[in-house]
Amino acid sequence: MKIVLEHLTKKFPGRGRKSHGEVTAVNNFDFEIPDGKLVGLLGPSGCGKSTTLNLICGLQKPTGGRILFGEDDVTNLPPEHRGVGLVFQNYALYPHLTVKKNITFPLENLRGADKLTKSEMEARALEAAKLVQIEELMDRRPGELSGGQQQRVAIARALVKMPRVLLLDEPLSNLDARLRLQTREEIRRIQKQTQITTVFVTHDQDEAMSISDLIVVMKEGVVQQIGRPQEVYDDPVNLFVAKFLGTPPINVFQGAVRAETLYIGKDAVLTVKGVADQEVSVGIRPEGFLLQEDGPLCCHLGRIEVMGRDISVVSTHECCEAPAIRSIINAENIVDASSEFVRFAVKPRKLYLFRRDTGERIAFDTDPVQ
Amino acid sequence: MEKQNLKGWLYLLPAFLFLGVFMIYPLIDVFVYSFEEGYNSASQTFFDVGMYNYSYVLHDPYFLQAVKNTFILVIITVPLSTGLALLISLGLSSIRPLKELFQTVYFLPYVTNTLAVGLVFMILFKKTAYSDGLVNLLVNWFGGTSVDFIDGPYWAKMFVLCFYTVWVVMPFKILILTSALASVNQVYYNAARVDGTSRFRIFRRITLPMISPTVFYLIITGFIGAFKAYSDAVALFGTNLNAAEMNTIVGYVYDMLYGDSGGYPSYASAAAILLFAIVLTITCINLLVSRKHVHYT
Repeated sequence: MKIVLEHLTKKFPGRGRKSHGEVTAVNNFDFEIPDGKLVGLLGPSGCGKSTTLNLICGLQKPTGGRILFGEDDVTNLPPEHRGVGLVFQNYALYPHLTVKKNITFPLENLRGADKLTKSEMEARALEAAKLVQIEELMDRRPGELSGGQQQRVAIARALVKMPRVLLLDEPLSNLDARLRLQTREEIRRIQKQTQITTVFVTHDQDEAMSISDLIVVMKEGVVQQIGRPQEVYDDPVNLFVAKFLGTPPINVFQGAVRAETLYIGKDAVLTVKGVADQEVSVGIRPEGFLLQEDGPLCCHLGRIEVMGRDISVVSTHECCEAPAIRSIINAENIVDASSEFVRFAVKPRKLYLFRRDTGERIAFDTDPVQ
Repeated sequence: MEKQNLKGWLYLLPAFLFLGVFMIYPLIDVFVYSFEEGYNSASQTFFDVGMYNYSYVLHDPYFLQAVKNTFILVIITVPLSTGLALLISLGLSSIRPLKELFQTVYFLPYVTNTLAVGLVFMILFKKTAYSDGLVNLLVNWFGGTSVDFIDGPYWAKMFVLCFYTVWVVMPFKILILTSALASVNQVYYNAARVDGTSRFRIFRRITLPMISPTVFYLIITGFIGAFKAYSDAVALFGTNLNAAEMNTIVGYVYDMLYGDSGGYPSYASAAAILLFAIVLTITCINLLVSRKHVHYT
């Protein structure tokens, strides 16, 4: 079931005095989530991603625009008639019911032609439990389960009524680091197996990048970029997206273009064809640095962290926005930790130019500076 | 470890002392008196030891009347007041505008003096030579004939007593239940809504189990409170409750000690111990029933 959002907008009345004005949590969203895909809504806190999820689910009504599931307009349908399964951030398992009762709860609400017998319900519950591999926990209470197990129960409860769309609100944020890795694979597996169109919300770009077919990067209620994770990472449309994706984060420098040459401080780093003279922000991915004795970019060497396969060189440069530049370099390189300076060349495909004022990306062609 | 333990006991000592002197010792004393026939508190003497006090009390028509009244009061007012309080709390928690105002209004009876309220009730219900009272005015409106609720038939008096008791105990229950309802996480309701649960089913399957410890607490304390009812009856019917057929067990105990027919601490003790036994039994039954229906999380 594909999900289409048409000019979807949600405004909240301002707090307190009317003069504070309203808050636009979701601003004119207009995109389509293809059938059977796993989509991550990604953005910092307060960017409207949970609101978007609630709108798709029906717990909140949009101020404007439409939501379609396939060809059905569900904009004004209450949640129970939309055929959605929702997994809450804190799971919202009913603490007084056993796992089995929790999973059958949505089925007991079915009325009329859809009404199920008790054995049918139990069969469906068992099927859902097997899918998330919790069939041996059916008689426990949620309080007796670990966070990861509760998460699975919540997913089983959302899946048991065979929803058209599965929605997950920050599904991994309440789990510890190890479980998080495990569970995200699990979500991927379950989604692949069921082929249900799934939307999940996260502020963790790692999470979104690793399992999504498609990510939607949002900021302050506005969609910044939609695309496959690698595409968005390799080709960010603006400085915000470039900064938001990637660990370690992208290194941003204050630079300037003079006569089609990019300068960072006094260092001429690249030729940038077709770019007018202007002040720019320069983003360089950590993996975009190459150690080179006569490299154009000269930085003060801070320290070196060896991480096995790679080494991480921490250095400083007066034009860098952050206090330190972090570059990831193949461990086969040997860095003299006692030297004061380190010189880099830059991989042109890992360097992005952005307008200093708006943060928009500036396209360029290049030859490396020799 | 040892030292820690001693310290703990030391901290508990003041409470133990006070409880021991003012609660446990008197309780034991009452128990002892209840077996001492003709105990005289002035001379500290008694005739004999045995079950006579109990036998006397259990054969006293006034005591039996008091037991009957108390049981009727308990059986009617506890479920009724708890149920009504739950309904009102549900209403209060589902409205937005004027919520605080209504909460205050519903809480007002709690801070009002029992006897003053009793007096108002008496004026509302009493039929005198000059006026039939406000309630009878309403009764007449709906085509009924006037009833004297204060000096009239037994059922009318019992009705007023129950009405009054429910009215007096409800504010506290509403207060407690409203806060219990507010403490149920909204996320459960959202989850239930997404699953298409009807409002009634949400209440029965989610809200009620989640506030069940509070409801249970109110039922237990409600039972105990109603069994100990006395001042309500006095406020409505005056101090000569035996004559009004409106005495309660605690009223009987009081009368045996200080009333016009008083001066019998042995009988009073026996009656008090009987009340204690009744309350204990009912509370135990409550606890047993609650094991199945109350969910602590």
